[in-house]
Amino acid sequence: MTATLKGYALRLLPQIIALAAILLMVSFVFPGFFRLEIQNGRLYGSLIDILNRGAPVVLLAIGMTVVIATKGIDLSVGAVMAICGAVAASSITSGHSLAMTLVITLGTGILCGLWNGVLVAILDIQPIIATLVLMVAGRGIAQLVTEGAILTFNDQGLIFLGSGSFAWLPLPVIIWLVFGILVALIVRKTALGMLIEAIGINRQASTLSGVLTPVLLIAAYMLSGLCAAIAGIIAAADIKGADANNAGLWLELDAILAVVIGGTSLLGGRFSIAASVLGAIIIQSINTGILLSGFPPEFNLIIKAAIIVFILVLQSPPVRNAFTFLALLRASRKPTERQAR
Amino acid sequence: MKFAKALASATILAACTFGSASAADLVVGFSQIGSESGWRAAETTLTKQQAQERGIDLKFADAQQKQENQIKALRSFIAQGVNAILLAPVVATGWDEVLQEAKDAEIPVILLDRTVDASDDLYMTAVTSDLVHEGNVAGKWLADTVAGKPCNIVELQGTTGSSPAIDRKKGFEQALSGHDNLKIVRSQTGDFTRTKGKEVMESFLKAEDGGKNICALYAHNDDMAVGAIQAIKEAGLKPGSDILVVSIDAVPDIFQAMAAGEANATVELTPNMAGPAFDALAAFQKDGTKPPKWIQTESKLYTQADDPMKIYEAKKGLGY
Amino acid sequence: MQTIGDNLLSATRIDKIFPGAKALDKVDFHLRRGEVHALLGENGAGKSTLVKCLTGAYRRDGGTILLDGVEVDPRDTFNAQKLGIGTVYQEVNLLPNLTVAENLFLGRQPRRLGFVDVAAMNRQARALLENYELDLDVTRTLDSYSVAIQQVVAIARAVDLSGKVLILDEPTASLDAHEVEMLFRIVRRLKARGLGIVFITHFLEQVYEISDRITVLRNGQLVGTRDTATLERRDLISMMIGRELAAEIRAAREEPDVTGPVRYRFKDYGRKGHISPFDLDVRAGEVVGIAGLLGSGRTETAEILFGAHRADSGAAEVDGKTVQLSSPRRAIAQRFGFCPEDRKTDGIVGDLSVRENIVLALQARRGWTRPISRTEQNRLADHYIRALDIRTADREKPIRLLSGGNQQKAILARWLATEPEFLILDEPTRGIDVGAHAEIVRLIEGLREKGMSLLVISSEIEELVAYSTRILVLRDRQHVAALEGNRITADQIIEAIASANERGAA
Repeated sequence: MTATLKGYALRLLPQIIALAAILLMVSFVFPGFFRLEIQNGRLYGSLIDILNRGAPVVLLAIGMTVVIATKGIDLSVGAVMAICGAVAASSITSGHSLAMTLVITLGTGILCGLWNGVLVAILDIQPIIATLVLMVAGRGIAQLVTEGAILTFNDQGLIFLGSGSFAWLPLPVIIWLVFGILVALIVRKTALGMLIEAIGINRQASTLSGVLTPVLLIAAYMLSGLCAAIAGIIAAADIKGADANNAGLWLELDAILAVVIGGTSLLGGRFSIAASVLGAIIIQSINTGILLSGFPPEFNLIIKAAIIVFILVLQSPPVRNAFTFLALLRASRKPTERQAR
Repeated sequence: MKFAKALASATILAACTFGSASAADLVVGFSQIGSESGWRAAETTLTKQQAQERGIDLKFADAQQKQENQIKALRSFIAQGVNAILLAPVVATGWDEVLQEAKDAEIPVILLDRTVDASDDLYMTAVTSDLVHEGNVAGKWLADTVAGKPCNIVELQGTTGSSPAIDRKKGFEQALSGHDNLKIVRSQTGDFTRTKGKEVMESFLKAEDGGKNICALYAHNDDMAVGAIQAIKEAGLKPGSDILVVSIDAVPDIFQAMAAGEANATVELTPNMAGPAFDALAAFQKDGTKPPKWIQTESKLYTQADDPMKIYEAKKGLGY
Repeated sequence: MQTIGDNLLSATRIDKIFPGAKALDKVDFHLRRGEVHALLGENGAGKSTLVKCLTGAYRRDGGTILLDGVEVDPRDTFNAQKLGIGTVYQEVNLLPNLTVAENLFLGRQPRRLGFVDVAAMNRQARALLENYELDLDVTRTLDSYSVAIQQVVAIARAVDLSGKVLILDEPTASLDAHEVEMLFRIVRRLKARGLGIVFITHFLEQVYEISDRITVLRNGQLVGTRDTATLERRDLISMMIGRELAAEIRAAREEPDVTGPVRYRFKDYGRKGHISPFDLDVRAGEVVGIAGLLGSGRTETAEILFGAHRADSGAAEVDGKTVQLSSPRRAIAQRFGFCPEDRKTDGIVGDLSVRENIVLALQARRGWTRPISRTEQNRLADHYIRALDIRTADREKPIRLLSGGNQQKAILARWLATEPEFLILDEPTRGIDVGAHAEIVRLIEGLREKGMSLLVISSEIEELVAYSTRILVLRDRQHVAALEGNRITADQIIEAIASANERGAA
């Protein structure tokens, strides 16, 4: 048991180091960064902002991880967020109860995933093309639902999901924590994780071994759709309105980036949900750090790109090998130095 | 029902005609960019309304953000021999050829809301707002309101590099010059969206001692202001009194906030670009009066004193 | 260096080692001036590896290559071309969207004032093609001509570039009889010009029609080089698929008792374009061997039995009950197991550990909701690693790092873990070293003795003779003969394949 725990920690080490380094860096440009206080019955501070603002990308990254593990990719999640936000707003304003609204919205997300999954698993369309369809069309569908405007609502229950708090934490944080742990448990405590990895590494061999490949592929895309739906609800609840034009815009790229920073290969196979979640938090830390730093906005993207390139370079095999080599070199040199003295 | 209506209107493709053809003495073609924002939708609604009021037969074409669709629509208007063309150009360049064709056919073209990079004898006039002026109006209001007291301002910019962001910033700063009590302490982009407006405001509040250092917020559009207002409330402050809020656009939701005392002022970017355009056109048709090359729309300032709820009700139906 | 006589190309003691397997083991190959030399062998025998070593596509690990008596070391295919060794592959490796002339002179176009002199290029191209009885419009794109013409254009380019040795890798695979004739006329003409031509094919009739000598490889080793005129077809086949040891192994074994009940019955089972309908009964405790040359329908038979491809005719019965074997899952539910021929693409899941690869099929059958506990997984993996002597540092090592033989044993373990009752093995000993080879043969024996039904495909005749209780011979995607009891000898099998082959050629 301790061996597995140790292996787990080792797997997450690069992400944890990167996150710590970024948080430290931000605290240099903004000294009050680590300050936390309790205000209006909830924790208040920049760290909480990171966890809270990161919620959509964390959720998308959870679904994206599983899809990427199957050697797929889901470009439609940003658009599905917009659709689901629009559906939630439209449902609650037309008088449905909160429970009904949630059922309809989550169902819509799952349905979007089903569509993607069928294109990929049954019609055998390349995932990047298959999900591109919904990525392009999805925002149009969302605009149809909202009629092009920001569809605002005032249902306190729905708003609570975006800006409420529980146990001193913003609700979005609770939602992604609980959902993330749930998905990770389901995937790792059942055989799902291994079967998904097998499909991602060698779909043909898995099918010949009796793995229900199409069903699992569809399920992966449905999970991604569900994640996008939850993210869409949170994003809409956060601003008390569904913004079809901007909700989730480009977030599919952040989600993919989070998975990559988390060390899951885009070629499929081995994956770690925890690492992807850390990847998403790393991205959000950079975003929040830039906002707090007070640099002019023209530098935002350059700074973000530079930091991310730096993280990815550190994770690249040549650099990691070089570090191992240096460590070995140092270990072998130390005695000689002592001797020289 | 609403959904079905939206579906129907969205499936009307480029160059589909709209409006009644009966007994109209003027036929005008209108090539609209698309419906990418609530403001754009309101502009479309108002243009149709204005045409109906004046008995103009409006032929409406939605370009879905594509210049080639707009050029196609313009050519089809020219072929139909309309009396005039309204064009809200999606980009600034590449219009010379089709505008020349319209000129050769002696059809006056009026640009709405945006201008083009083409010789100004290719179109009759351009009806646009003055973005710098809008910023200026907002800045003046703030300077007058704080009346000499020291005030730290945070600014939510539009999308970095976009002309509204550049000009609205410029105009605001011009109004502030000479008022040493007013200082912009933080300025970040909120990409014109509510979500980013809220997120960036949260970081402003953290960075400026929980918001105690901030006296006013200037947002380049209302949507960012609406997001920021939520952030201010969640930080335990009162928007509208603890932190003054001034923004631009005058979309319906900001009037709701003003009615609740959470926003203080907004500068209108009127979606009624067609009204002045039709007026100029009527004058031209009547006695050949040539309008100036640029008709500037009014940048009206609204405050809490202007019965915001009433304006909200009036604006709500425009499709914002 | 006069000792090599009239040899144009002499390759001696060529070695090529891939991780886990020796692809070429001290292979000699001598090509004379003005001869057509057929290079034969089953899949994986080492033909293409040898060709790639000669053309520089692979760097050899040992041995020398002499060209015209001078030692050469082709660094890459371009270098080999310059030395005089040109190659034409089955899929023409030219640019279909360029003109014929451009293809012929790509990279060496005649120039005037720095610009390509198109007129001169077209003129030269026409002149070049006249030598090949071809009168083409050289300004049309290559893809406006048939594959056969494209093939000839490729030959013309290769000969013009290289001029000494021409290697033709399966050039006739997609040509009709008439086109093959045309190609052969050109080959004879080139031979008369003194070129040495290496001809790789699996059509034995064509070998006898065009070649002067034959070299046969098997399992990366040289079996021998013979004159075509004096080599009996039957002897050629036995060179290709082996027989020497078979009789001895067979004799050493006591005749198994296969009077058990018929458990699996396939009637009129087939799939259009894959395998003609056949009947097959398999008893408990029986090993049915499948023999036949490459492309005879061996793998196709295995695939429809396992449901990897759906049968479109006939019916399957297990213990007298009709079953639908429309997918691997269905077959697995009937306790079938299948070790595919292509381990890399169909067998191993490379990045997963040995443990996960072993439990994969069992886990898939149980469904994802009923995970095999980690303790049980470890127990299964350790059990099979020990029982099959899978050589791995530990059970958590990614399977792709194992050698071919150990990968094969792990795939076998994957199926044994599901406790199958009918196990289909497609080329279980291909590409693995001799030691692992013998172990797998012993394993098959052992499983049969325990009462399992097996169906084994192999291109190694001696192996089939060693473990089969019955042998089916395939030819042209048809089941053409069945051998039982004391008729299971290498001679009989070769006889069945050869006679079928002669019939096909007649």
